[in-house]
Amino acid sequence: MADVLVLIDHTAGLVSRAASELITAARALGTVHAVAVVRAGEADAPRALAAQFGASKLSVIEAVDGHPITPSVDALASIAQAHAPAAILITSGAKGKEIAGRLAVRLGSGLLTDVIDVAQDFSATQSIFGGSTVVHSKVTHGAPIITVRPNACEPVASESSPEIVDVTVAHTSSGVTVTSRQAPVKGGRPELTEASIIVSGGRGTNGDFSPVESLADALGAAVGASRAATDAGWYPHSNQVGQTGKTVSPQLYVACGISGAIQHRAGMQTSKTIVAINKDADAPIFELADFGVVGDLFNVVPQAAAGVLARKS
Amino acid sequence: MADGQVIGNIRHIYVGVRQESLVKFLVCVKQVPDSWAEKKLGADARLDRAGVDAVLNDLDEYAIEEALRICENSGGNGEGGEHSITLLSMGPDRATEAIRKGLSMGADNAILISDEALSGSDALATSLVLAKAIEASGAHIVLCGTESTDARMSVVPAMLAERLGWPQLTFAGELKIDAAANKVTIKRMTDEGIEEMEASLPCVVSVIEKINEPRYPSFKGIMAAKKKTIETRSLADVGVSGDQVGSASSWSAVVDSALRPPRSAGIKVVDEGNGGNELVSFLADKKIV
Ligand SMILES: Cc1cc2nc3c(=O)[nH]c(=O)nc-3n(C[C@H](O)[C@H](O)[C@H](O)COP(=O)(O)OP(=O)(O)OC[C@H]3O[C@@H](n4cnc5c(N)ncnc54)[C@H](O)[C@@H]3O)c2cc1C
Ligand SMILES: Nc1ncnc2c1ncn2[C@@H]1O[C@H](COP(=O)(O)O)[C@@H](O)[C@H]1O
Repeated sequence: MADVLVLIDHTAGLVSRAASELITAARALGTVHAVAVVRAGEADAPRALAAQFGASKLSVIEAVDGHPITPSVDALASIAQAHAPAAILITSGAKGKEIAGRLAVRLGSGLLTDVIDVAQDFSATQSIFGGSTVVHSKVTHGAPIITVRPNACEPVASESSPEIVDVTVAHTSSGVTVTSRQAPVKGGRPELTEASIIVSGGRGTNGDFSPVESLADALGAAVGASRAATDAGWYPHSNQVGQTGKTVSPQLYVACGISGAIQHRAGMQTSKTIVAINKDADAPIFELADFGVVGDLFNVVPQAAAGVLARKS
Repeated sequence: MADGQVIGNIRHIYVGVRQESLVKFLVCVKQVPDSWAEKKLGADARLDRAGVDAVLNDLDEYAIEEALRICENSGGNGEGGEHSITLLSMGPDRATEAIRKGLSMGADNAILISDEALSGSDALATSLVLAKAIEASGAHIVLCGTESTDARMSVVPAMLAERLGWPQLTFAGELKIDAAANKVTIKRMTDEGIEEMEASLPCVVSVIEKINEPRYPSFKGIMAAKKKTIETRSLADVGVSGDQVGSASSWSAVVDSALRPPRSAGIKVVDEGNGGNELVSFLADKKIV
């Protein structure tokens, strides 16, 4: 089987669940050659992940440039040129798509982004226009570069001891100096893009996210927010769901005090089940809700949280 | 959005006063179908644009606004001003409507690359054409939105940086230009946290929607825009051959597409004191709890 390059997604050495999904998906497509591009001290978790999820080969490359994008492009381009893989898989996110875009230019390869499934022949399924249309696409030039959305498959562990492949990387200079880095604030709750349940709050919370958080905790869910809520500073931007926030596709999405503007829907309407609580019976969010409660979230949400906890005990 | 969000001027550092510190801004803007419109693929597997209102990609308005603010704080643009703001777009002839909006916000002029051969171009072809035009323009800084609301690929700015060999400063939530010192600083804001980074001109910057609040064109701006030049160029003018672009040369192809049945509204109950419990029963029926 031909090699499939998989870039292991991580933030400062913390691997994402999406990285394990990607290796899992790649196992069905070829010999997995995992690639981790790290700064000093970040290699352990990517290395362990590659072995846990069954990569056959592993290359760990230390970035010599601080740019968030170009060191990964250099590494993947050099490996691709030396090893001629059948395809290159990258996690779809702001960073992954930029890496993929530059790589496509450098290698002269076709690019497919936001893919939800990759077939044996490397044709890919994409869900576009906010989930209203499903397309199958294929790359017609070069080794396909495919960015795969988080949550596209279930990660399945499969222990291996990957062969370490040494590579010579043609490092380029990005011309950019990174002067400071501030890690995203992480709470104890699941990550938005990885969670199977999300409870989101909007302007209707009026700044008080405690009912939203208590329902989220009762359900073991992540907390999301509309742009109105993140703009007001009630919740961090990293929790924003929507066109300019995250695209999520959980089993259950609960929208509390969110009207359902098109830009918000763009990020959540492929959720399996959608529940909305809103005191305006005409709020557009109800058009896509499988279950809607017309009412004050400050009454409905705490009652629901208590009800969920009661069922658990 | 609350007005209080506009942090405004503090972060926009003057571009200097000397003539050498003139900055030529080039803002990449795209015409897209209105995001409220229902989008679907036509028989040729391309976006069916007929009958859908076309607008200026709203994320590009933030890039225009940012260029305007930087100029306003440092010597101005347009007639009598120190700097210049040119809009650059690739698209059909009717993209001039969207471009006109950017001009009425206050940009000085525009270049539209329009050619039959371009239809069906993907991001790789788009970035090739835009990069050629940028190289010929003598621009000092290219500003983009982070994403076009139709394609939603979010790759063109990175591709431009790669093609031009210019520093890539993308996902900027803050932007400062100090042209006298030849320094551009941004705060990159993504899931990875916040990264402060700097580079020299020329460079490619993309801005996120948190950076500012775009202005509405004023009546005066709309009138002034009618007199501004939109220069239309063909592929040959840009120096790209027809076989490098368009659907025939595209590096990816749509095999097939299907419409998913639209989501339909489900059960709706009115809370009369028991809404939360009804919600829990629904979740229990779905075996979620
Ligand atoms: C370029 C651009 C990008 C954007 N990107 C995004 C994005 O990524 N994500 C996003 O979310 N938005 C985005 N937006 C903003 C979007 O258009 C809406 O403004 C935003 O989603 C509204 O948030 P909201 O639903 O919380 O607020 P509102 O629209 O104000 O709705 C609040 C809702 O809460 C209800 N409510 C009030 N009080 C209560 C109560 N006590 N109990 C129950 N219900 C109550 C109201 O009936 C109302 O329906 C973007 C906009 C632009 C222009
Ligand atoms: N056809 C185009 N003409 C001009 N600018 C474009 C074009 N396509 C994309 N861009 C720019 O690139 C950004 C990202 O677009 P995309 O990669 O298509 O999501 C947009 O916000 C624009 O600034």
